[in-house]
Amino acid sequence: MSIDKNAGNNQPAAENNNGLPNEDRRTFLKKTSAVVALALTPPTVLKAASMDEKIAAAFEQVKITLNINGNRHKLAVEPRVTLLDLLREDLKLTGTKKGCDYGQCGACTVHVNGQRVLACLSLAVMQDGKKITTIEGLAAGEKLHPMQEAFIKHDGLQCGYCTPGQIMSAVACVREGQANSEGQIREYMSGNICRCGAYPNIVNAILEVKNGGQKV
Amino acid sequence: MNQFQYVQPTKQKAAIEALVKNANAQFIAGGTNLLDLMKHGIVAPEKLVDINKLPLKKISHENSSLRIGALALNSEVADNKLVLAKQPLLAQALNAGASGQLRNMATMGGNILQRTRCPYFYDIALPCNKREPGSGCSALAGFNRMHAIFGYSDKCIAVHPSDMSVALAALDVTVVVAGPQGERQILFTDLHRLPGDQPEKDTTLTRGELILDIIIPDTPFAQQVHYLKVRDRASYAFALVSVAAALATQNNIITAARLAMGGVAHKPWRLSETEKSLVGKPVSEKTFQEAAEIAMRGAQAFTHNAYKLKLAPNILVEALKTAAGIA
Repeated sequence: MSIDKNAGNNQPAAENNNGLPNEDRRTFLKKTSAVVALALTPPTVLKAASMDEKIAAAFEQVKITLNINGNRHKLAVEPRVTLLDLLREDLKLTGTKKGCDYGQCGACTVHVNGQRVLACLSLAVMQDGKKITTIEGLAAGEKLHPMQEAFIKHDGLQCGYCTPGQIMSAVACVREGQANSEGQIREYMSGNICRCGAYPNIVNAILEVKNGGQKV
Repeated sequence: MNQFQYVQPTKQKAAIEALVKNANAQFIAGGTNLLDLMKHGIVAPEKLVDINKLPLKKISHENSSLRIGALALNSEVADNKLVLAKQPLLAQALNAGASGQLRNMATMGGNILQRTRCPYFYDIALPCNKREPGSGCSALAGFNRMHAIFGYSDKCIAVHPSDMSVALAALDVTVVVAGPQGERQILFTDLHRLPGDQPEKDTTLTRGELILDIIIPDTPFAQQVHYLKVRDRASYAFALVSVAAALATQNNIITAARLAMGGVAHKPWRLSETEKSLVGKPVSEKTFQEAAEIAMRGAQAFTHNAYKLKLAPNILVEALKTAAGIA
């Protein structure tokens, strides 16, 4: 994976502002864990790993252009990279979560050309030319999206890990016209698992947005 | 995931040739099943042939048939006005499957060709004849709660996971495929196969064949229909047992019937004998219970799935009652 340095704005905003920027915390964790891993790895494995990298280099990098949250990105990706890994690992858009990575939990839900999909089961190369919206692209500047406001108001989360996927799915659910009753919301939100069990509050948040008639 | 090459042909011929030339190449459309299998290490294609640039998304009604392109998305088909008007059973079955996100990704062709969710097929540490021919079937003496009660062999007792395919099996559907030798049409009920001695083969398609269209004829039994699915949770789970029921009636007498079951066999389980037995009978719970008895003939359970012997006929009766409007 390499990112065209001439491409548009690849720098995401910091995830939050609770003192130490997340960017720094992540980099620190990556560096320290890499050092520890290196120290514990037998030399034969290291040799094999460098061989693998040579083989990897022989594989093509495919050039694609994606519009992510309104920014145009010119990228070169290895075919096996999922949209989820591209967003999180390369573009540092870590709002989209990796839950199961097998299409079972919905934590990685993003919008592609306006439709909610699972980023973990989408290859980045297959998204060339498409418009992608992640949780980072939902708010209008400092102003939260009505669904984000509603999740806060109704306490639609506990640990928060599934929340970006829940919100992206919820917005799509309202846009699809599948949020007309509690039963319908439960059915059409069933692809988003919440292990804390915040479902009643999530349903209430979606109902409020739907019934409030605001543009989502 | 293993590394692979990626190509995106714009011509059908080139896509088929890519598969003929490389024995380890595979088509990819929605990718919802294939990428899952690749991440689990169950399949490792050297080359993925992305068919999304082929013009196979059209949904139309012509010559008294609904024609659906293989690349139409499950959500597009489930919401399509022509489909809802002409074949509501298909829309019901589609909406019973997967989740909103997956239906936005999965294609019609891919849904048909999805692989079993047998846990032993997915566990690469254990034997599985479907994944590795000749290695043995772990489900036979293993945890077989989700497994088949019809049509299995001692090589494989897995079930086909698709809801949509159960509806298609009931609706006298024909599938148009193209391959290296040209185009041909296959009856939907002949597309999937029983495991026999070759459980690694899910279908009768040959190397390089690509599904182009699904053709559903207009029939007198297209409107009195019901798809009933029972699963471990209210939504977003594979069927334990499901039933697609379609009826035509006149003055409360059944003039035609179509029935298929899901979650019970290696392929969508069409119930032709049961259908015949229903013709000429009055619409009643008694009629449907007699039909369910016929439907269950030959069913045999394993250690953990005997509940299906009771669940399946109950669901069959319930689906028929709902289709007939007497639920």
